[in-house]
Amino acid sequence: MKTIYLDNNATTQVAPEVLEAMLPYFHEFYGNPSSMHSFGGQVARRLREARAQVAALISAAPEEIIFTSCGTESDNTAIRSALAAYPFKRHVVTSRVEHPAIHALVACLAKEGYRVTELPVDGQGRLNMEHYARSLTPDTAIVSLMWANNETGVLFPVEEAAARAQAQGILFHTDAVQAVGKIPIDMRRNRIDMLSISGHKLHGPKGIGALFVRKGTKFSPFLIGGHQEKGRRAGTENTPSIIGFGQACALAAFNLEKENTTVRYLRDKLENALLTRIPLSQVNGDRQHRLPNTTNISFAYVEGEAILLMLNEYGICASSGSACTSGSLQPSHVLRAMGVPFTMAHGSIRFSLSVYNTEEEIDFVIEKMPAIIARLRTLSPYWEEGAAAGAMG
Amino acid sequence: MWEYSDKVKEHFLNPRNVGEVEHPDGEALVGSLACGDALKLTFKLDENKRIKEARFKTFGCASAIAAASALTEMIKGMTIDEAAKVTNQDIADYLGGLPQEKLHCSVMGREALEKAIANYQGVPAAAAEENIICECFGVTEKEIERVVRENQLTTIEEVTNYTKAGGGCGNCHGAIQEIIDRVRAAARPAARPKLSNIQKIRLIEETIEREIRPSLKQDGGDIELIDVIGNRVLVATRGACAVCQAAQLTLKQFVEAKLKELVWPELTVEEVA
Repeated sequence: MKTIYLDNNATTQVAPEVLEAMLPYFHEFYGNPSSMHSFGGQVARRLREARAQVAALISAAPEEIIFTSCGTESDNTAIRSALAAYPFKRHVVTSRVEHPAIHALVACLAKEGYRVTELPVDGQGRLNMEHYARSLTPDTAIVSLMWANNETGVLFPVEEAAARAQAQGILFHTDAVQAVGKIPIDMRRNRIDMLSISGHKLHGPKGIGALFVRKGTKFSPFLIGGHQEKGRRAGTENTPSIIGFGQACALAAFNLEKENTTVRYLRDKLENALLTRIPLSQVNGDRQHRLPNTTNISFAYVEGEAILLMLNEYGICASSGSACTSGSLQPSHVLRAMGVPFTMAHGSIRFSLSVYNTEEEIDFVIEKMPAIIARLRTLSPYWEEGAAAGAMG
Repeated sequence: MWEYSDKVKEHFLNPRNVGEVEHPDGEALVGSLACGDALKLTFKLDENKRIKEARFKTFGCASAIAAASALTEMIKGMTIDEAAKVTNQDIADYLGGLPQEKLHCSVMGREALEKAIANYQGVPAAAAEENIICECFGVTEKEIERVVRENQLTTIEEVTNYTKAGGGCGNCHGAIQEIIDRVRAAARPAARPKLSNIQKIRLIEETIEREIRPSLKQDGGDIELIDVIGNRVLVATRGACAVCQAAQLTLKQFVEAKLKELVWPELTVEEVA
């Protein structure tokens, strides 16, 4: 059975040209870039190229890129660094819909005695910017707001938020793991101090990430040890992955337009067809300010895990914000923060596309999905009443 | 992804007895939309008071659907008394097991069955006076006590897997622990049958031979059982143990601890010359 992969916000396939770029650095050019011999030195040169490729994707300077092991490490590094840089400041501002890499970290900070403000979002997953401005205090060490939400694709106005933070002398970090490579990002045109990127979300390998740290930003390292990354992140460089990551960023820059034309067209086609063909369905999140590849749709009175397993029978891969898939017994914290009612939250499905998806694949999903939902609804004790109420309302 | 058995997958993809029995003799709806799963069970009896037809409707995940489908198959042909004896473990076993985190699906099946039987027998629902422990999922003290007792649960995590209780805000974790402690304290005497003197001595000998002597011998020591008087175990140390400064410590922390654990919790070890 052919796999139809519509779960690209979870992870992506390594692009063929990325894999090709990486392979020689496992067994042929395996030298340590820190070594004094030219066998290692040639790898160091290749790392410089990769660093420039990553920097170019977001119009940053290569020396502003620190390689890390993943997006989570980048997030942890950024927040801990800011707190270390301003030890007398004890307040952190973030949102209720952040990725666990931030969400769980700030919960930990709260236990350590920091004051944490988690800004609420509205029904569309949007921030209230006035509310945000009021949350900034002289005691605030750092603001961390995600650029694009992994579950809904909703974009936060992080550039505007960063400008406000900067005006008050507050560091600003954004988890841009889902945004980089999908929307244009130009670090010369904003005041964001730190930005997290992940390799495997943009057709690079897993286990590699980067943290952009703007020149002049006070920084203190997370991992202490050797002098790698100019002393900002110790540990022997993951050379094949860094090289693959660089290649993936170059490819993402090349495909950026396609993300916003072809991928967006396919996403819109899928979304509109499902909304039209399946009664009592809704899109979660602000459709105007959203990643081009993501749609989060809820189907009332059915449960997400059951939908996913039925899709699985057709080789279709997607995700759900339902309780049964979260491992926590409660539906996704993002949908709950948005106030999505339980009838809808448990039946939410996220489709996230990539440039490798085809129109045939999308048509196949459009064909299969209505029958799956209808079948599960005949099983549901709430469906008849709910449909009647829905029809009346 | 959950590791579902083939039988769970099969019952999920081809659920049996979907729908509602017309003019049912017993019916029940358990769970809710907010909780993320719900089960409506209806059944009808034949002239011999056996369950002739059972049907279900489920809102929930694959294992919730499979558990309900399995339940309806299991109870068909049973008398009410027989059906009342079906446990959540029976449902899980029928399906070739459920992932730990999904055991609450089988508990939901058993609850629906129980409530439907009560409905048939005309027993009024006593829900109003029940003490809710987990506010997030509306789980009562009685329900938690029951799964702890029937499935010998020892941790809060297990209780969450079976009932969902404690899986939300976590405020009830203290209360759940109290229930576990209470039920286990009550269950202990029954779980450990009283030993006769002969049985006790034999078990002590076996334990020394199997669990204790090999370790002592590694250090050139040995131990000999002299007598057992009530719960006093009289031993003599031999070999290196007889001249070892730490022998007393070994007797208390190793020999006595082992015997308490494996034979009888009230045993004490004494050294005789």
